Amino acid sequence: MATATATRAHRYAPLAAPALGFATLVGAFALVEVLIRVGAINRFVVPLPSQVLAAIPRIIVEEGILHRFWQTTQEALWASVLLVFAGIGLGMLMFRFRLLRSACETWVAAFASAPVVLMYPLFLVIFGRSATTIVMIGFVAGLPPVILKTIEGLAGTRTVLLDVGRSFRLDDWQLFRKILLPAAMPSIFVGLRVGLIFALINIVGVEFLINFGGLGQLINELAERYDLPGTYGAIGFVILVSVLFFVVCERVERWLLPG
Amino acid sequence: MQRPRARIRSPVGVPVTQAVPGSRASGAPILAVTDIVKRFGDGAEALLAVDGVSFDVGEGEFVSIIGPSGCGKSTLFNIIGGLVADYDGRIEVDGESVSGTHAAFGMVFQDESAFPWRSVIDNVAFPLELAGVGKRERHERARRFVSMVGLDGFERRYPAELSGGMRQRVAIARTLASQPRILLMDEPFAALDEQTRLLLGDKVLQIHQHLRQTTLLITHNITEAVQLSDRVIVMTYRPGRLKRTFDIDLPRPRTSEVVGSDAFGHYVAQIWNDLREEASRGMGDDESRQLGNERRR
Repeated sequence: MATATATRAHRYAPLAAPALGFATLVGAFALVEVLIRVGAINRFVVPLPSQVLAAIPRIIVEEGILHRFWQTTQEALWASVLLVFAGIGLGMLMFRFRLLRSACETWVAAFASAPVVLMYPLFLVIFGRSATTIVMIGFVAGLPPVILKTIEGLAGTRTVLLDVGRSFRLDDWQLFRKILLPAAMPSIFVGLRVGLIFALINIVGVEFLINFGGLGQLINELAERYDLPGTYGAIGFVILVSVLFFVVCERVERWLLPG
Repeated sequence: MQRPRARIRSPVGVPVTQAVPGSRASGAPILAVTDIVKRFGDGAEALLAVDGVSFDVGEGEFVSIIGPSGCGKSTLFNIIGGLVADYDGRIEVDGESVSGTHAAFGMVFQDESAFPWRSVIDNVAFPLELAGVGKRERHERARRFVSMVGLDGFERRYPAELSGGMRQRVAIARTLASQPRILLMDEPFAALDEQTRLLLGDKVLQIHQHLRQTTLLITHNITEAVQLSDRVIVMTYRPGRLKRTFDIDLPRPRTSEVVGSDAFGHYVAQIWNDLREEASRGMGDDESRQLGNERRR
């Protein structure tokens, strides 16, 4: 009787998935390379992937991209910290106070689709032309999904789990800490991932628009110089920031929710 | 307050106790449930779910409450466990009136309730953690209950890696780890297949034998009720009232092999006779409701 329902997934070598992912990427680049070389894609709009690859050492040495990469990563990191504390905190408050939720949830949902990046003049007035403006725009843009998914996770906690808590006579705080919060974690992490993506898009967008620090500014400068291989190389570094945050987020989630 | 009891004998010599209107334990009761009435809603829309239910459970006794779907069994379970307020009547533990959740009760629920984010050992150790027991000691103590429900070797697994039956055993072990005086179980095996249900019944019997755990089981499964219980209380369909009590005079220790015995079959037949009438009423109600809905549409 005591047999676990083991997952019936096929077992692959540990490096099979990353290898396949890398091969797919290389394949896609090779396809684009071929399409450009045969003239199916205009090489004055999209540079050859081989040229982009060749431009990377140059933008590292000449454009200080590693420093800019670190600058954008730091801004994204600060926005993430704010998202975790303020986003999850606001979600909890709105879950706890029904009136607040009824009053604000629709507005928060509507705000999720707002082009926050276009509100940069307002932020410039408030915070000046500084990294704070960039962080705050990223934070505000990423806020709605974190709030909404926090509420969804808390509200979606199975009643039976709460009943278990009550049967063990947990007080409200214990019920929240021991049951509600861990039960809501998967949904909260979905919100954080989406929020971080929104934040990063907006951070790079504002860097581009206000021409202040980071990868966005570099992309702007390279594009204005019509250095297409360099521009696409810098975009690759933006993707790298995104991958970095995604991996960290996944590791933290696994650590917090090992089941 | 001793209720009148009429002891009757079935044609095959199986003793049946017909309690009118309550059902009392032979020894000193640890749990006394008296005149429980529960209504949902107000006015003309009010639904009388439980009406004047009284019974008690003696120390170490295994009592099952059986009834058709919608008879108020789970409401009664929640009232006794303290999860439902706003009812009339009295719940007493060792002669003391209790309301709300109480340390004497340990509850096992129908739905899967193992915490998915905790390993088996951490699930079972949960009540010990709440009691402030240190990690090493609580794990040692939890291991005993893990072993009791037959999950040795699965301590570090997570609920998602276990079968439905194993997850339910985790929930039982977790409740046992809180060392309740009275174990309340609400159809804990309802979602399981028949074979697993019978084998888990064996496990519950072993635990009952080992701990002399006072247990109140809510079920709609006659086989399960007879296999496990010292007494089976049959409830009527809505409003839920006590219809009859059967003393199950099968030898202990029991195993699922008892299911094949003549005496077992007779108990099942007798309980089904009572239950069929109530289940038919329930089914009739459902059909008329369905017809009413269709006409309205």
